[in-house]
Amino acid sequence: MEIQEETINGITVLTLDGEVDSSTALSLQEAVEAYINPHCRILMNLAGVGYMSSAGLRVMLVTYRDVIAQEGRIVLLHLSEEIRYVMEATGFLSHFTLADSFDEGIALLENGHGSAH
Amino acid sequence: MVRRIDTYPTHEYEGYKLRPGRTQPFGASVVPGGINFSVFSSHATACTLVLFERDNPEPFVEIPFMDGFRIGNVYAMTIFDLDYENIDYGFRFDGPWDPSQGHVFDPSTVVMDPYARSIGGRDVWAQRVDPHAIYQHRARPVIDDFDWEGDTQLEIPLEDLIIYEMHVRGFTASPTSGVAAPGTFDGLREKIPYLKALGVNCVELMPVFEFDEWEHSRISPETGEILLNYWGYSTVGFFAPKAGYAATGRYDMQMDELKNLIKELHRSGIEVILDVVFNHTAEGNELGPVISFKGIDNKTYYMLTPDGYYYNFSGTGNTLNCNHPVVRNVVLDCLRYWAADYHVDGFRFDLASILGRDQNGAPLSNPPLLEALAHDPILAGCKLIAEAWDAGGLYQVGSFPDYGRFAEWNGRFRDTVRRFIKGDEGMLGDLAQRVQGSPDMYSRRRPTASVNFVTCHDGFTLMDMVSYNSKHNLANGEDNRDGQNDNYSWNCGHEGPTDNQDIHDLRRRQIKNAVTILMISQGVPMLLMGDEYGRTKHGNNNTYCHDSPLTWFDWGALEENDDLFGFFQGVIAFRKAHQVLRRREHFKHRDVVGSGWPDITWHGTQAWYADWSHYSRVLAFMLDGAHARGGLDPDDSIYVAMNAYWEPLTFELPLCPGDGLWHAAIDTYQPPGWDVAPVGEEPPLEDQSSYQVGPRSVVVLVGREEIRR
Repeated sequence: MEIQEETINGITVLTLDGEVDSSTALSLQEAVEAYINPHCRILMNLAGVGYMSSAGLRVMLVTYRDVIAQEGRIVLLHLSEEIRYVMEATGFLSHFTLADSFDEGIALLENGHGSAH
Repeated sequence: MVRRIDTYPTHEYEGYKLRPGRTQPFGASVVPGGINFSVFSSHATACTLVLFERDNPEPFVEIPFMDGFRIGNVYAMTIFDLDYENIDYGFRFDGPWDPSQGHVFDPSTVVMDPYARSIGGRDVWAQRVDPHAIYQHRARPVIDDFDWEGDTQLEIPLEDLIIYEMHVRGFTASPTSGVAAPGTFDGLREKIPYLKALGVNCVELMPVFEFDEWEHSRISPETGEILLNYWGYSTVGFFAPKAGYAATGRYDMQMDELKNLIKELHRSGIEVILDVVFNHTAEGNELGPVISFKGIDNKTYYMLTPDGYYYNFSGTGNTLNCNHPVVRNVVLDCLRYWAADYHVDGFRFDLASILGRDQNGAPLSNPPLLEALAHDPILAGCKLIAEAWDAGGLYQVGSFPDYGRFAEWNGRFRDTVRRFIKGDEGMLGDLAQRVQGSPDMYSRRRPTASVNFVTCHDGFTLMDMVSYNSKHNLANGEDNRDGQNDNYSWNCGHEGPTDNQDIHDLRRRQIKNAVTILMISQGVPMLLMGDEYGRTKHGNNNTYCHDSPLTWFDWGALEENDDLFGFFQGVIAFRKAHQVLRRREHFKHRDVVGSGWPDITWHGTQAWYADWSHYSRVLAFMLDGAHARGGLDPDDSIYVAMNAYWEPLTFELPLCPGDGLWHAAIDTYQPPGWDVAPVGEEPPLEDQSSYQVGPRSVVVLVGREEIRR
């Protein structure tokens, strides 16, 4: 699991690469926590994530809760069909705002999307 | 947070770091730094933990519980640095092999944790398995957190409940369902709008605890199809949801998927009752497989004869020793877990009379297990429903040790209504009791002690009840010996499908009669999945082994039968609109609210005169709406005329209580569109003094005052 970070127009873009499971979940959580600040805006690019285990979904939800607690916003980009379905069936998806393109993700965050709903 | 001082290893075994574990909770728990394993056996002499990589047939390490890792009869060990998402675990137990004394320990067998909350090995429905693998049903450690977002049990009052008995897989397995994941918890979730449209507010799920669909699998001599254990009345693990019912089971997320289903059902105002099978397990008799309980503590978990054989009060080979103090606690832990961690709203206990037998099988007058369940603080908000009989001949409908808590599947309601509808003589006295909530059976209880039903998974569907005189079970491969013989069914003139329009019409009318009587009766009504569109199982009354269109909900047929569906919708809505049909107390048969009318009065073709004679097939009754909810929440008055005679009959109507006029709510003789009126839009009768009730028909009138104003 590798994570790259860049900042674009004040938005933190985190690009994940690799599988998210119990062996990588904790390090992912710790890495992401560093970018969760008051009113943060995070675009999480999951194009490189082919598999997300139960532990991985939990990291996503904990991240979401932390972001919301800081009145920040988060949008998920390029979620694979399979992960998207798993998240829907297990109830994790309903929390998240999704984007299918980079520009859409930036626009959603700039227009106030990705907060609690 | 300060780190606990017991999160450091104290021992090492083959490179694995360990420490003596915590005895509770039982099972596998993810703890700081590792996993805690705890399991008990009263008669074992030693225990070994067997660890596998996820789905790997061979273990990667076996770690004995060393000296100092046992407290009492509990073996407990914490192992550090294990990746909980990537292991399966089992146990080997050593101890005496002496079947005549009830001991069958065999350390060459890997057995499953009875407290396993997630079980692999059958996690994709009906996927081929290796029958020779040493560990078939594989316990997995889990973290069972869930974001409930404020959800709680709904606690709908029992008298307001309308139960829909259903099979998780069968509901959406058919391609006609159109859902993303047919046959799964998620498929059911996708169909919640349908359940809302029908109007039910409770689903009773046939078994969803882990079971083995391959148990007793065979080829049908009749059809050549593979027969599976489709119903699942054969538990492998009591704490684990059936992984093969989850679209995400292959990712071990069946727990989340089922919890999400329950959360979404609750959001739609629909409760969830689980059909739980504590009377026996999937391990069968002496010839059955060793999966868990047999190899851990056979003599504790099972009722055994003095010679060490299995008592068979369940009809399936073994009987769980549920009034043994240790087993009793397992059952209690299990139900508490489902109530607290899954927000389940209630339980229906399969062959519940077994739960009232002692360790030798004798019925107890004060069974400790049932008493414990009835008074348990965590289960206090749960519905408890007993199937109050067993396969050992104990029949307790009306006499089940209920502690004021257990409702019962009222088999007498089913039989009486079926016999009345098909025109049997001498049914009126019995019928009068059934529509009142069976006060003859539950005099010291409330009407809600009676769960009323005409059909359930056992036996004919409603359509088959009016299409077949006898069962047609050859496809089950048991030469038509299996299944009930007393179906009280009538084929309306032809056995099975027919092009005869008269028979077709009569069958639909009989279905409407049945559901109408069910919905206007006091007590708790229960419908069977698919009856609302006339689902047929082609006369098979015991379809436990068929995973096929024979047992699946047919969404195409639903569209073709929207007239029947509309009728069901209508009568359900009618019941929900009228609290006078949903009494909390039995009728008092007198005027206790000063309305001038008793709460219930009996009529016939003559008002105020019911003909109770043997040959009469006619009964009418009137409920004075002023008595609803003890007079505190007045409702419309309701008049019901039931004509099971084959000719139309004119019923003289009693004067509507108060200043009301009679309006036509339901008339099963009328064609679709005219057979049930939307609530509040019932047309007033032109003739307020009589009503012609069609042959084999039921009429419901509602008396409302505002029209005359």
